[in-house]
Amino acid sequence: METVTLTITNQPELFLEADCISPDVFAGKTTEEIVDLPVYIGREQHRLGEFFEISGRAGATPAETKIVVNGDLSRVKYIGMKMTAGEVVVNGNADMYVGAWMQGGKITVNGNVDAFAGTGMKGGELRINGNAGNYLGSAYRGDWRGMTGGKIVVTGSAGSDIGTFINGGEIIIGGNVDVHVGTHAEGGKIIVKGDAKSRLGGQMVEGEIYVFGDIDVMMPGFAYRRDVELEVEGTKGRFALYEGDLGERHRKRKGQTVYGKLYQLVRP
Amino acid sequence: MTEYLIKNGFVFDPVLGIRGDATDIAIKDGKIVETDAVKNPKVIDATGKTVMAGGVDIHAHVAGPKVNIGRNFRPEDKLFNARPGRGIERMQGGFSVPTTIRTGYNYARMGYTTVMEAAMPPLYARHTHEEIRDTPIIDQGAFPVFGNNWFVLEYLKNHELENAAAYIAWLLRATKGYAVKVVNPGGTEAWGWGLNCENIHDPVPYFDITPAQIVKGLIEANEYLGLPHSMHIHANNLGNPGNYTTTLDTFKLSEGIRPRGRFGRQQVMHHTHVQFHSYGGDSWRNFESRADAIMDYVNAHDNITIDMGAVTLDETTTMTADGPFEHHLTELNHLKWANADVELETGSGVVPYIYSPSIKVCAIQWCMGLELALLAKDPMRVFMSTDHPNAGPFIRYPRIMKWLMSQEAREQQIETFKHKDKVIDATHIAGIDRELDLYEIAQMTRAGPAKALGLSEMYGGLAPGLTADVVVFAFNPNEPYAPDDIEKAFGDVEHLFKTGVHIINNHEIVSNGNKRTLWVNARVHENPQVMRDVREKFLRYYTVTLNNYEVRGHHYVPNPYVIEVDATQ
Repeated sequence: METVTLTITNQPELFLEADCISPDVFAGKTTEEIVDLPVYIGREQHRLGEFFEISGRAGATPAETKIVVNGDLSRVKYIGMKMTAGEVVVNGNADMYVGAWMQGGKITVNGNVDAFAGTGMKGGELRINGNAGNYLGSAYRGDWRGMTGGKIVVTGSAGSDIGTFINGGEIIIGGNVDVHVGTHAEGGKIIVKGDAKSRLGGQMVEGEIYVFGDIDVMMPGFAYRRDVELEVEGTKGRFALYEGDLGERHRKRKGQTVYGKLYQLVRP
Repeated sequence: MTEYLIKNGFVFDPVLGIRGDATDIAIKDGKIVETDAVKNPKVIDATGKTVMAGGVDIHAHVAGPKVNIGRNFRPEDKLFNARPGRGIERMQGGFSVPTTIRTGYNYARMGYTTVMEAAMPPLYARHTHEEIRDTPIIDQGAFPVFGNNWFVLEYLKNHELENAAAYIAWLLRATKGYAVKVVNPGGTEAWGWGLNCENIHDPVPYFDITPAQIVKGLIEANEYLGLPHSMHIHANNLGNPGNYTTTLDTFKLSEGIRPRGRFGRQQVMHHTHVQFHSYGGDSWRNFESRADAIMDYVNAHDNITIDMGAVTLDETTTMTADGPFEHHLTELNHLKWANADVELETGSGVVPYIYSPSIKVCAIQWCMGLELALLAKDPMRVFMSTDHPNAGPFIRYPRIMKWLMSQEAREQQIETFKHKDKVIDATHIAGIDRELDLYEIAQMTRAGPAKALGLSEMYGGLAPGLTADVVVFAFNPNEPYAPDDIEKAFGDVEHLFKTGVHIINNHEIVSNGNKRTLWVNARVHENPQVMRDVREKFLRYYTVTLNNYEVRGHHYVPNPYVIEVDATQ
């Protein structure tokens, strides 16, 4: 695997839209070509090289290309957007839409990310060693087709509205989450190792939510069923199983009505 | 103004009766003129290319509040397809509910120059006209909806035809409207009670009038006034299996009524998006096409025109003033739903929809839309439409042309259907080998709709004296072509002239044009009763005053084209 290293040297005055920072775009290009890739500030088009010092070389294919981005990227959007293979490592905080619509490969962020990371994700792995903002792994605004595959791991906490319309794949939050978790979920799995606030699984019809800590307010549309013994992400224990959202339409499978499942760890 | 001479193109023009002969077309001062009337014209060499008049769309939802609800609640419709401004082109976005700017540009790119907004809620006429104003290039008019309007229901219930006509004339003037539109007559009003009118004799709650009385009364009022267009209807029971009988019952309401007025149309009823109204069977299981029965009736009755409402197999946004239907649809597909009530006048609903070739019903709908055109005996009375965006976005017109002009293209599409055999069993399309020619296409997209709108003295042809809306397509009908060549050439015109202005030059938009808004000013005898009723209803029921209701002045209609009608004789 070949590596291209980008170090931000010139902070944009506003925000930089840089969806070109992706192994799919870099693969097969020379450093000169990468320097010339278009980025946008509002309606102005610029060159990637105006903001980053770029070294190393890209592989022939996305799978053979690794990109390392260094520095404060809190004004850089769309890193790793739509990538299908290869690897991106971000050493610093990044702005919105990291790994949005990604289909494969791996992104590691050693820092925090802003909103919409992993929006509409289809596959691959997005690892955030830090905190995530709102709308992590959610559907695009208005869309009813959310995350369908892949894995998102956040070691810190996440904001509100995570996993809206999730339909497949997995979101694991090491810390706490804000309101609205797995709204409209139709599948997939969300694990919150810390505390949750309220409105978990609103209008959820299928899928799983696990919470290891406290839940401030449960949705009224969830009913307690029973306790179950489970091992979830290395944590063994007794979980209280709730099913919902009972206010929604639920499909049947083999004669059984399918519900969204909300498990909360029962602490001794 | 610059004079133009479009030389030697293969002209297809039903108005002149030219079927592909190489002919020169001259343009001067915004009009088509005799070729010897231009002195020093700019010459466009159209050798080996197809030349037609500008297209006329008789029915599309392109401006107004429900289109904007669609835009607002479907941000995903603009995802990954926005385009920044470039040269003379302004920023554009959206697919099934595009921005006003993209609407104008995309119609121009297909060679369309006149587009009718099919349902304007009178209360939101100001908004509708602001959007029309912001839609570049194309001439437009808007049809205010009358079929659930309290004034109309009361006048017709009491058999006060003259009052109904006076109210129509007043509302056309107040809203700068073009024609009398009827959507699910009585049914949308019934929706205010959570009900619907499912056939033409199903009474409207409270008002105690039937859809049949509303339709017949509005046809008569329309002909009393002698308006340019006929009453334009979306009948009851849209979208339900077995509804073709309701459609035939509605058609029959026009029997024995002849058109009046000076505009040269022959129909007294235009029935829109008939695909949605041609369903047989009594459930989605035995759902089938009855386009045959519908077209047997249409072919035999020359006082009716229709448009197709062809399904294009896309993801789209349905929107209609038929409020109860949209609720029915969201119950079927479980996607998001918006509903609006417009006080004394109408209502509407919006729901996204995906017409998938893997779903049997969608595939049958696709067949039915095309069958209507393929079974038409008189292409001057059957017009191309997708009821944009309901059955598909208007940008698919070139694809519909391909399907109509090529049996091979239809067979290729049928091959992709998951339930191919069941679809063929439930439809007639597999037995139809008709391939429309460009002359018939010009009838269905130009001369026919222009005539039905009462605009045959302005649009739809290339005869001297008509507005100089002229299109040159990079398509040679005399050389072999693949079906996809049709779609490509007719979706990307080489040259477009609109009212004599060169809009598209060599496939590139070079002018934002000189768009006009058409509206109808019908003069009637003074009618104190109707004016008193208007004042009283505004005082008692409306949330706005009359002063905030009427569409007045340059802000809303900066470039009006008024069609005067004298109904005092």
